[in-house]
Amino acid sequence: MEFKDKQAIYLQIADYICEQILLGKWPPGERIPSVRDLATMMEVNPNTVMRTYEFLQNKEIIFNKRGIGYSADDQANNKILAYRKERFLTTELPEVFKNLYLLDIGIQELHTLYQKFIEEMYPLTK
Amino acid sequence: MIHLNQVSFGYGKRNKLFENLDLHLEAGHIYGLLGKNGAGKSSLLRNMAGLLFPTSGRIEVAGFEPRKRQPAFLQDVFFLPEEIYLPSVTVDKYLSLMAPFYPKFDEQLFRAYIAELDIPQGNKLTGMSYGQKKKVLIAFALATNTRLLIMDEPTNGLDIPSKSQFRRLVSSALDKDRLILISTHQVRDLDNLIDAIIILEDSKILIKHSLDTISERLCFGTLPSIEYDNRVLYSEPSLRGYKAVFENSTQEESRVDLEHLFNAVIENPQRISQIFAY
Repeated sequence: MEFKDKQAIYLQIADYICEQILLGKWPPGERIPSVRDLATMMEVNPNTVMRTYEFLQNKEIIFNKRGIGYSADDQANNKILAYRKERFLTTELPEVFKNLYLLDIGIQELHTLYQKFIEEMYPLTK
Repeated sequence: MIHLNQVSFGYGKRNKLFENLDLHLEAGHIYGLLGKNGAGKSSLLRNMAGLLFPTSGRIEVAGFEPRKRQPAFLQDVFFLPEEIYLPSVTVDKYLSLMAPFYPKFDEQLFRAYIAELDIPQGNKLTGMSYGQKKKVLIAFALATNTRLLIMDEPTNGLDIPSKSQFRRLVSSALDKDRLILISTHQVRDLDNLIDAIIILEDSKILIKHSLDTISERLCFGTLPSIEYDNRVLYSEPSLRGYKAVFENSTQEESRVDLEHLFNAVIENPQRISQIFAY
């Protein structure tokens, strides 16, 4: 896997797992790859993947069944969205705000651009 | 699993490589040992393997004293040196000669590694390229299943695909009872593979911590400017400002850049020891 420069690796692996769940590749209740298998696949230290699994377990996105392994929670999708939303609002949005402020882009201008973007990119859901 | 207490070592009376070293390493981790040329990395590893003896102090590895070279110790340690010499025999012959020394040797695993690393079987070891020889030894080292595996510059001479395979194989070989210790200058080769780092410099251990702890205390990222910012330990100009290592004051967890960490530690050993003191 191609890792980005900035973010801690265990969080990048968490994003990867969340993506697999959201895309329906790892459905709730079905076994997901073991710590060892995922570590080997990603060429990373198994302890790093263990940390990712513990992190996602704390967020109740995945759970561990003794003797069977890890699976996605029934409510994983909602929990992932909540977690991603929280992270976007706390870490990514401030960056966007900073640029808006620096470039003197007002909220009205932004609103118009946002509406246009939604209409162009997601015409069906509108 | 490895305990060094007040260990000193040098080649000759005046030339001390390290003095009164204390170091404790636990099983279940892959440690990366970094240091400049001549810092004494290989000598330290050889002391742990029983190939060199400390001038004073005590080394204990898995309950044994390496200098005594007891068979029970030697069968549970594998040391892959930087410079390798292999006899003029085939892979099979090499196995029948060497594998019996390691009771936990897994031949099936070895064959799988050899296949994955693309090593031609049937050829004599001396007829292989340097990189191929090195790969044979890496496969052998991993297949011995020794509790302690020490590798000195293992990725030297490996081609580009082999480095990725190396990370995959080492990652899969770690378990909670095994300790893997790798020294290297090619830190990029070990990115994401090691979970703890040891930096040896000027006869001292400047830092020995898990990368988790390091990313709690230090931040790795880009800063728009570095003047008047007393958190900065190391910086270099980049397109978007300065790539820097600075004290982690915001609880942000960034990805540890091993090269920048190394430079920060070498340039500011005292501040590093303050930051990691508590």
